Amino acid sequence: MTDNTANIPAPAAPHRPNGLFARFIRATELDTRLLGMIGALALIWVGFHLYGQLVNGYGAFLTPRNLWNLSVQTASIGIMATGMVLVIVTRHIDLSVGSVLGFCAMIMGVTQVYILPQLIGLGHPLLWILAICSGLLVGTLVGAFHGFLIAYGKIPAFIVTLGGLLVWRGAAFLVARGETISPVDPTFALLGGGPYGAIGATGSWIIGVIGCAAVLGMMWLGRKRRRGFGFAMRPVWAESFLAIAGCGAVIGAVLLVNAYYWPKGIVKRHVAETGIPVPEGGLFISHGFAIPVLILVAVAILMTILMSRTRFGRYVYAIGGNPEAAELAGINTRWMTVKIFALMGFLTGLSAVVASARLGSATNSLGTLDELYVIAAAVIGGTSLAGGVGTIYGAVLGAFVMQSLQTGMVLIGFDAAIQQVVVGSVLVFAVFLDILYRRNSK
Amino acid sequence: MTQTHTPLVELRDISISFGGIRAVDHVSLDLYPGEVVGLLGHNGAGKSTLIKILSGAYQRDSGEIWIDGKKAEIASPRDAREYNIETIYQTLALADNLDAPSNLFLGRELTNSIGFVDDARMESETRKIMARLNPNFKKLKEPVSALSGGQRQSVAIARAVYFNARILIMDEPTAALGVHETQMVADLIQELKKQGLGIFLISHDTREMMELCDRVSVMKNGQLVGTERVEDVTEDDILSMIIMGKKPGTAAA
Repeated sequence: MTDNTANIPAPAAPHRPNGLFARFIRATELDTRLLGMIGALALIWVGFHLYGQLVNGYGAFLTPRNLWNLSVQTASIGIMATGMVLVIVTRHIDLSVGSVLGFCAMIMGVTQVYILPQLIGLGHPLLWILAICSGLLVGTLVGAFHGFLIAYGKIPAFIVTLGGLLVWRGAAFLVARGETISPVDPTFALLGGGPYGAIGATGSWIIGVIGCAAVLGMMWLGRKRRRGFGFAMRPVWAESFLAIAGCGAVIGAVLLVNAYYWPKGIVKRHVAETGIPVPEGGLFISHGFAIPVLILVAVAILMTILMSRTRFGRYVYAIGGNPEAAELAGINTRWMTVKIFALMGFLTGLSAVVASARLGSATNSLGTLDELYVIAAAVIGGTSLAGGVGTIYGAVLGAFVMQSLQTGMVLIGFDAAIQQVVVGSVLVFAVFLDILYRRNSK
Repeated sequence: MTQTHTPLVELRDISISFGGIRAVDHVSLDLYPGEVVGLLGHNGAGKSTLIKILSGAYQRDSGEIWIDGKKAEIASPRDAREYNIETIYQTLALADNLDAPSNLFLGRELTNSIGFVDDARMESETRKIMARLNPNFKKLKEPVSALSGGQRQSVAIARAVYFNARILIMDEPTAALGVHETQMVADLIQELKKQGLGIFLISHDTREMMELCDRVSVMKNGQLVGTERVEDVTEDDILSMIIMGKKPGTAAA
């Protein structure tokens, strides 16, 4: 990319602003796709806010409360979207994640409400951990089974997971004859967010400081390594810009989640339970980062490391780019397929934890249509259905875009029918933009 | 002189069928260190299939592979690499979406102390080997889909050279190349030969084969027509072997 722009300085010279932007991109080595997606997200947020302000007289979108809720609602889809990237990059598809999520949630519900209390007693401190393990295990096994059928049975992933879509939804019903299972274990429920399921102001600042330190540390390490090999380095102004933008984003997020206070009713109950003194002017307790959002961030970081820094990730991209070449290079592509689908299943199990904890119960319809939102998030995030191309951060941003559209339309009072029309159109339009982008960047 | 050593590779009585068609029919070949053996024949004569059995991409139905005088079990491309067999395929077998260093090290990535792939070191190693093979090669960070045929070929060759191949299989290495790049490959083959590698070369270009090879083997319809030293035959003899499927004037030779 850098070579291309360097080779054509003559025609670009007259357009000064254009040249400046190109130079900025080259110096910072930022992905223009990433910038485009952040721009689109900003446009959606501001658009909904202004629409609310002008038409309904109250802009509800850009408020700490809404953005905090948006982050929590994105968690479940976002976690699965990171796994869907791997599946789609290797030229497969997984249509079953919504149903598998429902099945895992029912298994965890039955485990923690019916089975474990009889074995180890209600309220046992290990209960929630064992329940989560059961869900993650079931998700991983289901995924591995799908992967096995695809890799060794040579059945197309579309068919295997289309079958799975029906099978696991039915299985979720059969687990408890369609009953809704509640209440979940109180510790388990914290993983779904809510006032108690967030880490508070101090915790959020600690996370923020760690985040900033990580940004600066990674840039310093990268610079050191480049110098070691004598590679070209970013100019100092570009490094400073990236450092300020990165740390600014982290600190901004901390300020935002700390600006959303507990609802009055919950504060009153909390005061009654703990007997802490209420200062004059009322007691304000910050939410801070919600636990499901932290889970999503952790998953996104780990998956990014997996995809960019390990052999496993390299092989995923190689298989997507040219399955035959990957095979000839000695990569066991079939076993890789099993592992990829098992990982997808594991992440679906994790999403099931977040989704059922947020709901406070397990229902057999949990996760219905999630597969479509997850695939849409990955595709909007730049994962190519032709295989070989896709990023984790893109998929997470894609999940934010999908959820922002949903939430925004609910806030300004569009009804469900219009929401569906808009979300569907946006998906097609986003892929069209992506095709244009790729054509122009060649 | 080479004939006095044990052969580097011996293919003994190899056969493979695809759906009732004998793609390779009881073929035996050998290859000595520092030797280039050419495989000639029409499309579908079984050259590529035979060679893919040696490189582990196909499984033979019967026959044996001997390497350094010992019987070898090659069940996958990974096994072939264990025997230092490197293959440059006709289709180049590169992952188009990855850059040159990732392709060069595909399946054998360099890792750092905690097991992460070390992109910087792989890039630096690629730079070094490319400076030797193709000094014009500069696009190390772009997907190989953005490279020309010759540049892609140098990535494939670099892969074989970097990992110290002892047995090199080249399936139409010059098919997609220009004049200059073809000469580059020819020089490289001479260089590798001097280093004592054994090379199987597949090509359609009879004249090129006469220049590059020590011996040529001709295949037709899955069967071996014959193997000749290039000094002993003319280009016309070879052509008649390819077309007629018979050894040149059996009485004369």
